[in-house]
Amino acid sequence: MTDFTPTEMMTVAAARALGNDDVCFVGIGAPSAACNLARLTHAPDITLIYESGTIGTRPDILPLSIGDGELCDTAVTTVPVVEMFRYWLQGGRITIGFLGGAQIDRFGNLNTTVVGDYRKPKVRLPGGGGAPEIAVSCGKIFITMAQSKRGFVEAIDFFTSLGHGKGGDDRARHGVRTKGPTLLITDLAVWEPDPRSKEFTVVSLHPGVTREQVQETVGWTVRFAADIAETPAPTWEELKVLRDLKARSDEAHRGKAITA
Amino acid sequence: MAKFQTLAEALADNLGDGDTVAFEGFTHLIPSAAAHEAIRQGRRDLTLVRMTPDIIYDQMIGMGCARKVVFSYAGNPGVGLLRRLRDAVENGWPRAIEIEEHSHAAMANAYEAGAAGLPCAVFRGYIGAGLKAVNPNIRSVTCPFTGEELAAVPALNPDVGVIHAQKANRRGDVLIEGITGVQKEVVLASRRAVVTVEEVVPDFAGVHVNACVLPHWTVASIAVVPGGAHPSYAHGYYKRDNAAYLAWDEVAADRDRFRAWMEENVLAATPDIFGGRVAGLREEAKR
Repeated sequence: MTDFTPTEMMTVAAARALGNDDVCFVGIGAPSAACNLARLTHAPDITLIYESGTIGTRPDILPLSIGDGELCDTAVTTVPVVEMFRYWLQGGRITIGFLGGAQIDRFGNLNTTVVGDYRKPKVRLPGGGGAPEIAVSCGKIFITMAQSKRGFVEAIDFFTSLGHGKGGDDRARHGVRTKGPTLLITDLAVWEPDPRSKEFTVVSLHPGVTREQVQETVGWTVRFAADIAETPAPTWEELKVLRDLKARSDEAHRGKAITA
Repeated sequence: MAKFQTLAEALADNLGDGDTVAFEGFTHLIPSAAAHEAIRQGRRDLTLVRMTPDIIYDQMIGMGCARKVVFSYAGNPGVGLLRRLRDAVENGWPRAIEIEEHSHAAMANAYEAGAAGLPCAVFRGYIGAGLKAVNPNIRSVTCPFTGEELAAVPALNPDVGVIHAQKANRRGDVLIEGITGVQKEVVLASRRAVVTVEEVVPDFAGVHVNACVLPHWTVASIAVVPGGAHPSYAHGYYKRDNAAYLAWDEVAADRDRFRAWMEENVLAATPDIFGGRVAGLREEAKR
């Protein structure tokens, strides 16, 4: 077995959750790497959509922004942003939304808006972008983020996007019919919501990871499934494709800045 | 009727202190040269509207041009946070600014409502989202047919809309290609539209019949500024300068360094320098 980093394991595990028939709304960063890894390995026909309006895009490198030219050049079609949000997202044509965040709680509610009070923030984060509507309009939501005490918190500082709310049938009580977060892939484990309480529960530990390590990086008392699996390690092929993709992307993004 | 002007004339004629202005471009065709011109002209108390504020609003806010920002994602895309905007929000430097925050869907719908002459946009949004509690402009309406509660936000009708585009023809019609973002909506929603273009061509012969063209009578002023979207890009002309976005993160991290950079690259510069900035990126776009 080849050595791999926790981040690589996270990306590979997230990629495996995607299939050929999925229509996936892709966020930048970890989600983008996972979605493109899936496309370059077991799901060549997956439809990737970025909120800039590019539908069915097949970039050779990972874009730095959601609107890099590469995404448009390789797309089946590029539509105006208004159309993207109205016809394609709100219209219910997207099966999976892939999100990350700065803070997450046990029910998959996400915060990318502020740390601290909204009016007097300790840290002003970028904000929601497409997330508030992605979270309720896509068939289901996958979340990927690295675990840390700062990020995995008992109570998020701001509800940027709805996960399972207060748990149980809270989504339904909001009038939402989509499934919401069904999978959380971190650098240490794979989590799924409990069918009733909707609290995220560890179902699989990545190779070499202990329950203690998972608990140490989470701000609430973690629930573990009765039968915990071990996430299969990345294969040689998965790692090679991912590393080539990263290397190509880093090379393309570097260059020498003349001036901003 | 579109008037061909220098960038300095176009901005001076259309943008005044206290105006509400949208410099738009969804990662593509961002009107950077026009934003720099507004900074050089010393505009103050602007309400800056833009889905993704990114570098140009970081610069305008850091130079004290803004009174308020209306936005849906205030980040340096793919890089991180906007440090000048953060400094203004967190510390009031160089001045305190008011923020009105939305989601992308809300902003896009609000521009469309503005273009369509409607008072508000209605969409399925903000369900369970915290912004409803902090932004009084996010309200709801009940569908008169189904009873469904839907989100409503006021239409966006800026005093001035500013975009970059690939081409104008001699009459002043404007052609936008690639990721069109909200370029068309913001021009139609704004009272006055200023467009910077890469070049002027005699006519649009050979352009696809369904191409995104803004007729000349929808635009107030056109200025030719090759490279005017840098470090964003113009599809078919030059690539995005990703390295510049990465470098901006360092420039913006420090107030003095930021001021020095703005002094050298904006205040002491002219729109002509944008052509040189994209020379290498033009070559890359041909590959």
